[in-house]
Amino acid sequence: MFRFALRRSAWAIPTLLLVTFLVYIALRMGTDPLASYMRSNPRATRSKIAQYKELNGLGSNYVTGYFSWLKNFVTFNWPKSIKGSREVWPELKDAIANSARLGAAATAVGVVVGLAIGIFAALRPGGKRDVAVNTAAFVGISIPPYISSILLQLLFAVYWSKWFGNTLFPTSGVYPPGQEGFDLVLMIKHMALPTVVVAIQVIAVYSRYMRSSLLDVLNSDYMRTARSKGLSEFRVLMRHGVRNALIPVITIAALDIGAIVGGLIITENIFDYPGTGKYFLSAFGNGDFPLLMPLMVIIVASVLLFNLIADISYAILDPRIRLD
Amino acid sequence: MAWKRFAGHKAALVCSAILGFLVLAVVLSPLTTRYGVNESVKAPPNSYLSPSKLAWLGTDDIGRDLYSRLIYGTRVSLLIGLFSAFISVFIGCVVGAVAGFRGGRFDDVIMRITDLFLAFPFLVALLVVRNMFGSIGWLTFIIGDVSSLRFIIFLLSFFGWMGVSRIVRGQVLALKEREFIEAARASGASRSYIIKRHLLPNSIGPIMVALTFSVVGAISGEATLSFFGYGPQPGAGATSLGLLVGQAKGAVQTGYWWIALFPCLVLVVISLCINFIGDALRDATDPRMDAGK
Repeated sequence: MFRFALRRSAWAIPTLLLVTFLVYIALRMGTDPLASYMRSNPRATRSKIAQYKELNGLGSNYVTGYFSWLKNFVTFNWPKSIKGSREVWPELKDAIANSARLGAAATAVGVVVGLAIGIFAALRPGGKRDVAVNTAAFVGISIPPYISSILLQLLFAVYWSKWFGNTLFPTSGVYPPGQEGFDLVLMIKHMALPTVVVAIQVIAVYSRYMRSSLLDVLNSDYMRTARSKGLSEFRVLMRHGVRNALIPVITIAALDIGAIVGGLIITENIFDYPGTGKYFLSAFGNGDFPLLMPLMVIIVASVLLFNLIADISYAILDPRIRLD
Repeated sequence: MAWKRFAGHKAALVCSAILGFLVLAVVLSPLTTRYGVNESVKAPPNSYLSPSKLAWLGTDDIGRDLYSRLIYGTRVSLLIGLFSAFISVFIGCVVGAVAGFRGGRFDDVIMRITDLFLAFPFLVALLVVRNMFGSIGWLTFIIGDVSSLRFIIFLLSFFGWMGVSRIVRGQVLALKEREFIEAARASGASRSYIIKRHLLPNSIGPIMVALTFSVVGAISGEATLSFFGYGPQPGAGATSLGLLVGQAKGAVQTGYWWIALFPCLVLVVISLCINFIGDALRDATDPRMDAGK
C-alpha cells in the first residue's frame, strides 16, 4: 500500500514539470509577455526590460528559458506584475483563500445535498420521486453557471429590493465597499448566491452518481445477506448500501476539482468575487505573465494532487483493487 | 427495437419535438423572422422596447428585434455545436478505437493525456490554448483568425475528442475479447478492417450518446467563451447565443429583464433537450437495460 502511494507520488513530480513546461510555452506564445510588458510600461528603460526578461526566463530558447524561470520560481525570486509592478504572492494568496472558501462551501453543500437526494431517488427506482429527482438533475446540469448567476442576480439585485425594499443577498464582492476587518454574517451573506450557483452543478452531478452507484450496490448479494441476518432496514442501507456505494463517488469527487474550479472562474467573475477566477481572467486579459504562471502552477499541482488522492483513496477503500 | 425503446421515453419525445421545431425555425429563418439580424425595429423610439406586438421579445439597446436576433444567434450556435461535435466524435472514435485495440504504450500515453485534460479547468485550458493557436501563423492561415467561426469549431473539437475517445476505448476493450472478433482475426482480417467493420459498428450506441453530449458541450463552450468576450465575432452585426447571453450580463443591473431572460432560456432549453435525448438514447441502446425487465 505504502509503496503504491510512494510510486504514484514520485510520478507526480515529472508530470508537474512537464505540464508546467507546456503551460509556459503556451503562455509565452499566447500572451506574448514581452509585448504586453512594453504595452503596460511604454517608458521602461532598457535595463528594466532586461531584468524583466531575466526574471521571467524569457530568453529566445524555450527550454533554457523555462529552467531559468523555474529556478527563480522555486527560490521565491518572483517577478512583479507588469501592471503597477505589484508583488504577486500577497495578491495570489488572498485570491486562493477567497476561492478556497467559496469552493469548499459550495462543495460541502453540494455533496451533502446531492448524496442525500441520490439516496432518496435510488430507494424506489422508477418511482415518482426518482423521476422527479432525475429530471431536476438534468435541469441542473443544463443550466450553465453564468445563466444561473444572471437569473439569481436579476431576482435578488433588481426585484428583491424593488419588492421588499431591502437587500437580502448582495450580488458583488466579499464585503460592502469600505468594510474593514472581519464580519462573518456579512461574509456569509455575500457568499450565499455564488455558493448556490456552484452548488447547483455539484448537486446535479452527485445526485446522479450516487443514485446509479447505490442502485448497483442494492442489487448485490451481500445486501440480501445483511437483511437475512436480521439487521434493520436502516442499518442495512447505511452500513452496507451507502458505505459501499460511496467508493466510486469519492473517486469521482477527487477528479472533479477541475470542474469546480471552472465553475468558480465563471461565478466569481459575475459576482465580482475576488478569487482566483477573477485573478485569472484579469491577468490573462492583460497578458500578465508574472501573475499567470504561479497560478497555473498551483492549478496544475492541485489537479495532480487530487488525481493522486483519487487513486490512493480508491485503493484504500476498495480491497478488491489490485495495486500493480 | 432500440427505436421502440426510445419512443417509450416520453420526455425524450417531447424534447425531440421541441428541438425539431427550433431547428425548423432556425433553418427557415428568413421566413420565421420579421427583421434582419442587424435591422432596427421600425418605430421611432425603438431602443429597450419591452415585449409587445411590435417586437415579440422586445428590443435591445439600439432597437434591434430580439426575437430575430435570437433565431439568427441560435443558428450560429447550432452550427458550431454540430460541426465541432462531428469532428470531435470522428477523432475520438479513431483515437479511442486504436488505443483500445492496440493497448500497450500508445494506449497508456493517450489515456494519461486524456485524464490530465479532463481534470484541468476547462475554461483555463480553452483560453490559454486559444491564444496559443491564434499566435501560430500557419495554423491561423488554415483555421482562420481567433474570432472566426472556423477557429472556434477547431478549438472546441481540439478539446472535445478526449471524452469521446475514452468512451470508445472502453467499448472496444470490452468487445475485443469476444468470439466474433477472434473469428475475424483468425480469418485474416486486418486491424483496420476489424476496427472499421466490427468494433465501431458495434459501439454505435455509445457513440451516438457521445455525439449528443458533444453537441451540448460545444454549444456551451462557445457560449462560455463568448460570454467572456473571447468567442467568435461572426461577421458584421451577426450574433450567437453566447454573445446574446453576454449582453444579458449588463442588462441585469438595469432591469431590462427580457434581454437577459430569453437568450438564457433558449440556451437552457437546447441543452436540456439534447441531454434528455442523449439519456434516452443511452437507455435505448444499452443492452443491459433489458436484463432487469
